[in-house]
Amino acid sequence: MTISRDDVLSWIKNCAAALADNRDYLIELDSPIGDGDHGANMNRGFQAVLGKLPDIADKDIGTIFKTVGFTLISTVGGASGPLYGALFMQMGAVSDGKIELTLTDWAEAVEAGLNGVVLRGKANHGDKTMVDALMPSAETLKAASANGMSLPDALRECAHAAERGVQDTIPLIARKGRASYLGQRSIGHQDPGATSSSLLLQAAAHTWVNGS
Amino acid sequence: MKKLINEPEHVVYEELHGIAAAHHDLVEVCFDPNYIVRRDVPLKGKVGIVSGGGSGHEPMHGGFVGYGMLDAACPGAVFTSPTPDQMLEATKRVNAGAGVLHIVKNYTGDIMNFEMAADLARDQGIEVESVVINDDVAVEDSLYTAGRRGVGATVLAEKICGAAAEARRSLKDVADICRKVNDRSRSMGMALTSCIVPHAGKPTFSLAEDEMEIGIGIHGEPGRTRMKLKPADEIGVLLMTPIISDLPYKNGDEVLLFVNGMGGTPLMELYVIYNRAYEIATRNELKVSRNLIGSYITSLEMAGCSITLLKLDDELTRFWDAPVRTAALRWGM
Repeated sequence: MTISRDDVLSWIKNCAAALADNRDYLIELDSPIGDGDHGANMNRGFQAVLGKLPDIADKDIGTIFKTVGFTLISTVGGASGPLYGALFMQMGAVSDGKIELTLTDWAEAVEAGLNGVVLRGKANHGDKTMVDALMPSAETLKAASANGMSLPDALRECAHAAERGVQDTIPLIARKGRASYLGQRSIGHQDPGATSSSLLLQAAAHTWVNGS
Repeated sequence: MKKLINEPEHVVYEELHGIAAAHHDLVEVCFDPNYIVRRDVPLKGKVGIVSGGGSGHEPMHGGFVGYGMLDAACPGAVFTSPTPDQMLEATKRVNAGAGVLHIVKNYTGDIMNFEMAADLARDQGIEVESVVINDDVAVEDSLYTAGRRGVGATVLAEKICGAAAEARRSLKDVADICRKVNDRSRSMGMALTSCIVPHAGKPTFSLAEDEMEIGIGIHGEPGRTRMKLKPADEIGVLLMTPIISDLPYKNGDEVLLFVNGMGGTPLMELYVIYNRAYEIATRNELKVSRNLIGSYITSLEMAGCSITLLKLDDELTRFWDAPVRTAALRWGM
């Protein structure tokens, strides 16, 4: 079983839908430890991405991911723009010329994306950022691919790992970004960036396992 | 939420049209990507100065575009850094061959977006220097945070560097002067109320009627500590003490004392704070030889203030005094 180009396009549309549905939730998470703009920014970025999809629907998956990344960089702003931009640009760089993805390809793409985020944001695991959702997800996919797990099982495991990563941010002290200024007072709050990252991986599982 | 707006999503767009209508003698407002630029650029032999940041801090930065200050300002969404394409276009537009200085406040998003823009501009053969402003003493632990934030010193750096560029100083000189302003500035802010980001619709944090927040930034984010409200004289001490103890001031140093309103505080109260801050500075043997009082770097409708102290020397004083003609700061011409 593989992920086709149409599957990738469906996933991106479902990401946009998930971020629109969770716009207010992300704002709510961002308000006590950030500045309350995360939901609005991500929603604006992915709505712009939706507008670009018709032009790239017949391109390779690498081009599709890179276009998403470039669009996010020029529409999201804040730290999330360059970080989510880096995620998709690097996913695109390792998917160049591909019109379908195996589990191994997807695992490599997510790992490359994670590395792009780490390179730009310089956050480590445990700093209470999107890395806390992306790193366990990338590791889960890599292990699943190495162990010959089926694609649907791997996507479900990955979604669970992302969600656990989000929950694990709650007791952490933020060490990067605007939340870091709160020090001890950032404890007890769920990280909005990890949450939005998890939403993308939940959408992957929903789209590619259930076909919805 | 009670605000003079139409739709939350259109606030920045409509604000920019308002600026264009009001200040067309000074600036042109460009859209997609959005930036505010001096009408008379590029100016032969002059270093271009570009700054930018989230909206909601008005008059910073758009109100500082004009003779003797910024050549262009890039406004992001409310409290959200602008995107690289904005700074790239602004940089190209103001470059006259002498290079362009980016004045960047130390926030994660601003740093990343300006870095990308500077890289893209250099790829196109434009010489770009970036100076990061981080004058906020409220942030004690720079190792485990994103570091000290850029606050009040940004206004002073933009004015002083603008004058240096107007005097046709080189890009390296103007960047060095910018770093000097930053190195010699310290700021501390406080809030009496939170503020409401239009698209969020409710206050970013809540403060009880008898509480205040000390050590805030400029984005409605909570600060270092929350405590019971105190009289202005005690607040003056709470703000001035960490500033004076952080910078190695010497007896007799000349300083610029900048008392800034956060957006929702009347000038009357800023003068009450200025009076106290002036007295504390004088008691510490500092000579307040220049000042600025008013709401110049704001946080929407937040009530509160910040104090910035800049240790002056002859060069900085001369560039501070030099003529400036912008929407928000204007003297000498």
